[in-house]
Amino acid sequence: MTGFEPQIVAFCCNWCSYAGADLAGVSRFQYPPTARIIRIMCSGRLEPQFVLKAFELGADGVLVAGCHLGECHYISGNERAKERVARTKELLDVLGVDSRRLRLEWISASEGIKFAKTMDEFTKQLIEMGPSPLKGEA
Amino acid sequence: MASETAAVMVVGGGIAGVQCALDLAESGFKVYLVERKPAIGGVMAQLDKTFPTNDCSMCILSPKLVEVGRNPMITLMTLSEVVGVEGAAPNFTVSVKKYPRYVREDRCVSCGKCAEKCPSKVSNEFDRGLSQRKAIYVSYPQAVPLKYSIDANNCLFLTKGRCGNCKKVCPADAIDYEMKEVVEKVHVGSIVLAPGVETFNAKLKREYGYGEYKNVLTALEFERMLSASGPYEGHVVRLSDNATPKNIAFLQCVGSRDKTVGNPYCSSVCCMYALKEAIIAQEHTPGLKTTIFFMDIRAVGKEFEDYRARAEKEHGITIHRNVRVASIQENPESKNLNVLYMSPQDVVNEEFDMVVLSTGLVASPEARELAKTLGVELTSYGFAKTSIYSPLSSNVPGIYVVGAFSAPKDIPQSVAEASGAAAKAGSHVYKNRIKVKAEEVPEIDITGQEPKIGAFICDCGNNIASIVDVPAVVEYARTLPNVVLAEESKYTCSADFQAVIKQKIKENHLNRLIIASCTPRTHEPLFQSTIKEAGLNPFMLEMANIRDQCSWVHMHEPEKATEKAKDLVRMAVAKSRLVEPLKAASFPVNHSALVIGGGLAGMTVALDLAAQDFHVDLVEKEAELGGNVRKVYIEDEVTGASVASDLASKIGSNPNINVHLGTKVKNITGFVGNFTVEMEKQTFKVGAIVVASGAVEYKPKEYFYGQDPRVMTQLELAHRLDKGPLDAKVVAMIQCVGSRSPDNPMCSRVCCTAAMKNAIKIMKHNPQALVYVFYKDIRTYGLKEDLYTEAARLGVVFIRTREEEMPELIKEGDKLLVSSDDITLDGHVHLKPDLVVLSTGIRPNPDNEELSKMLKVPLSKDGFFLEAHMKLRPVDFATEGIFLAGLAHWPKTADETMGQASGAAARAMTILSRDFLEGNAAISFVDESKCRGCGRCEAICPFTAITVTEVSPGNAKAKVNPALCKGCGACEVACCNGAITCKHFTNDQITALVEACLEGVSK
Repeated sequence: MTGFEPQIVAFCCNWCSYAGADLAGVSRFQYPPTARIIRIMCSGRLEPQFVLKAFELGADGVLVAGCHLGECHYISGNERAKERVARTKELLDVLGVDSRRLRLEWISASEGIKFAKTMDEFTKQLIEMGPSPLKGEA
Repeated sequence: MASETAAVMVVGGGIAGVQCALDLAESGFKVYLVERKPAIGGVMAQLDKTFPTNDCSMCILSPKLVEVGRNPMITLMTLSEVVGVEGAAPNFTVSVKKYPRYVREDRCVSCGKCAEKCPSKVSNEFDRGLSQRKAIYVSYPQAVPLKYSIDANNCLFLTKGRCGNCKKVCPADAIDYEMKEVVEKVHVGSIVLAPGVETFNAKLKREYGYGEYKNVLTALEFERMLSASGPYEGHVVRLSDNATPKNIAFLQCVGSRDKTVGNPYCSSVCCMYALKEAIIAQEHTPGLKTTIFFMDIRAVGKEFEDYRARAEKEHGITIHRNVRVASIQENPESKNLNVLYMSPQDVVNEEFDMVVLSTGLVASPEARELAKTLGVELTSYGFAKTSIYSPLSSNVPGIYVVGAFSAPKDIPQSVAEASGAAAKAGSHVYKNRIKVKAEEVPEIDITGQEPKIGAFICDCGNNIASIVDVPAVVEYARTLPNVVLAEESKYTCSADFQAVIKQKIKENHLNRLIIASCTPRTHEPLFQSTIKEAGLNPFMLEMANIRDQCSWVHMHEPEKATEKAKDLVRMAVAKSRLVEPLKAASFPVNHSALVIGGGLAGMTVALDLAAQDFHVDLVEKEAELGGNVRKVYIEDEVTGASVASDLASKIGSNPNINVHLGTKVKNITGFVGNFTVEMEKQTFKVGAIVVASGAVEYKPKEYFYGQDPRVMTQLELAHRLDKGPLDAKVVAMIQCVGSRSPDNPMCSRVCCTAAMKNAIKIMKHNPQALVYVFYKDIRTYGLKEDLYTEAARLGVVFIRTREEEMPELIKEGDKLLVSSDDITLDGHVHLKPDLVVLSTGIRPNPDNEELSKMLKVPLSKDGFFLEAHMKLRPVDFATEGIFLAGLAHWPKTADETMGQASGAAARAMTILSRDFLEGNAAISFVDESKCRGCGRCEAICPFTAITVTEVSPGNAKAKVNPALCKGCGACEVACCNGAITCKHFTNDQITALVEACLEGVSK
């Protein structure tokens, strides 16, 4: 379908991914304006309910981004984020939402380019997948 | 006798002076900051962007200027000049002449009415003459202090007794034509000189026609042209006809590396700023092609080589190497410029629409005068004379020199040295250190109040406003719930705007504030202090990141960027409505430090800390102190080994330093002011940590290294030369072995200089020797250029190889044979050397990974430690209380290492000198009425901050230790009863953000 612009909610940890997103800006790496970033201190702060809420309200995709494994500012928060995202994906499948709509990435403070690329790829992927089935139901 | 007050004078209000003043003030010293101009900021304030991150220069500088303006420990003396000094450290009496501003600083409200009515227009030096200003003026909108001043030479009243308009219109009665110059005597214990440099007068290179041809600009003029807040609002135009150029040539080494103008040295920064200006110009001007004429590309700093590669490959900038342009001729009709130069094949005459001259840095007459006044010795080039092993000291005890005053250098090095000078200067007066206690503005109680939100949407000059429709965002913000005030602001971070914010908070009884501008990671602390001064709790601030994460990344989609900015503001409002005041607990600070690594950097840090009576635990994994410097050859009289043993013996006899040899740190826990360090045999506490873990020499696998004794590294050669002359007659040196290669693209910074030193030594031992250097660029930046000149004078032969092709080394029978293309002569060279010397690069310490995990601090993609900010926080980590110095940060020379190490010591002392630090207020809180004491939170907390204890028989509750909790929020997620709230990032707040983000989406 043409003209479909996915709506992405991105949860970024303060120390790595949010900084990576800033670096993308400082470096002027361009990416589609499809995402809105919500800053959380740690990816381990992610409640599955935040993700579910986002889909319930019509998000087409949710990105969770944290420090690389082993580099979490809070030691192991990203490992828990990984478990929770896996669990939430299962829930999404049950709800009939393709679990690829929830994406987990490790993006460090020096990876501005990776942040921009992730946004690019995820946007393209969601365009291919089309609007979320929950869209318009709320 | 120690001076009674702990006061230091800093002369020069550029970035180096500013950083030095702030570090001193933060460590409990009174500072007099003396600046000749009406405002501080220096050259950095004039720059558009800074390499290699392309950060907006003003955006990162402004918070520091604001901080100088408001720090009660700093007395800012503008329009002032040091005219005399008496006494010696720690009892200097400095005479400071204060020139009249003719505007009373205490009255001026910087409304600008005076300048509006001033009839006298003069060339604006801040814009390098590209615009005009009035005779009464402020240098730039973010100037500190933001006070008008009258330029007496151009004021009609002061020169001819006519006019007087400004006095008539000034609503604050601030104009005072009677002001006279006064000389004030200031008593200080030590002095730091940071007078900076000026740029080379391009008119002296007559062959380039600067001043005559309108379309020939200097780089600093071009910088002002590129600046969004400059006279052309970032539009690149030709001055002859205001047309947009299709191509621009940049000429390097104008007034540098040039004996004919008396400046044989390299200016260090021009290669990088030319690349930057070319990239930015192309970004600003669709279709523009830029060409840079380099002699050598000196991209020696952290991640500079990547920047260079991107400029060529991604931005398509045309790069000529080994070219000094002979002359420029203007086409009298088109005003285009014919650039004449030699290519390897031919003489070329190429036409360009515009030419930018990369003018070098030269010592300013003011700096020379200052040096004379203070008896500070200068080199023949007019830079302050320092020694390699005391890079910050002048010849006068107690007077220190920093920044480009001692040699041309870039901003990060100037900033690190400026901190370093703070450590040195503080050592004369530390006994009278003042315990800093901020004046607290009583907090307004907002309990029970309905949210009243004020929102400022920042233009950021043009950084935001050129993409995002800011007035539309402001209009939109006004429609949002609880927003009682929404306004556009040009530079929200400027000093004067902080006063505006405070006033608006008072006038409108705001209890919450939103700043939609840049990233909270850099600017939240500034705005938090501002609202704190207005009586609001700092947590009542929310920021919407509409620049770094919006206007800068959606530059080609202004409408969508505007929509996104509206969404981000709506989200900020949603959270703002739910934020609550938080109070942090304060914790005692442990006054000792841990230094990891006993090399040159670590030893310097330890001695600087110990000099101010702080206890240091210095940990070295090897059996003795010294590290890499022991292997380095410095100058004829000084070996690295002698320096290392000298420092080691000073450390050995210093009662403040406890050395741990042959051991490593096992684990580190805790937080700023209160770290716990576990070693094999003991555990101790420290308040700050400095990582100085060094780096390693690359051991090549190529070029028969290790297989043939005639192949060695430069370090090995230096060691060999210490023992006497070589037998070898023909020596081939191969540069960039293991650097600037596909698997390790970084430049190791020091190898070119090391090669020059060894080559000179060989030639001095045996003038008949033949030394050939195979290189891509000779990177003897700054004053190291003298070594290159000397080597060439002694007859060393330089062969420039291709960027992507290393010389080949094969064996013909028993003979070694080097062969390579020579791009200067457009030919091929074969050589049978007796000795092959490999200039091997520096690689990160393999221990870095383990250390980085232990300390939770990041590494850069090259494997070195990554500082908090490459430009302005070169020795800090983003994690508070942990600092960085030496090769662990990036390859550097011994003097650079020592300057930077002193900087790390100074930064650590901003923590160690305090008795108390405020902890984090945004931490977890347990609602005991909901807690069932299940212990999930205790199990999940990575910092053992939560313990579940019985409060009454059979009734357990979780308790948070505020000193240990870091606010990650893991416990809130783990709690199944909703009993834990992680403050400032609560479930309600984050849910509100999600809702606001998607408002209207599904309908």
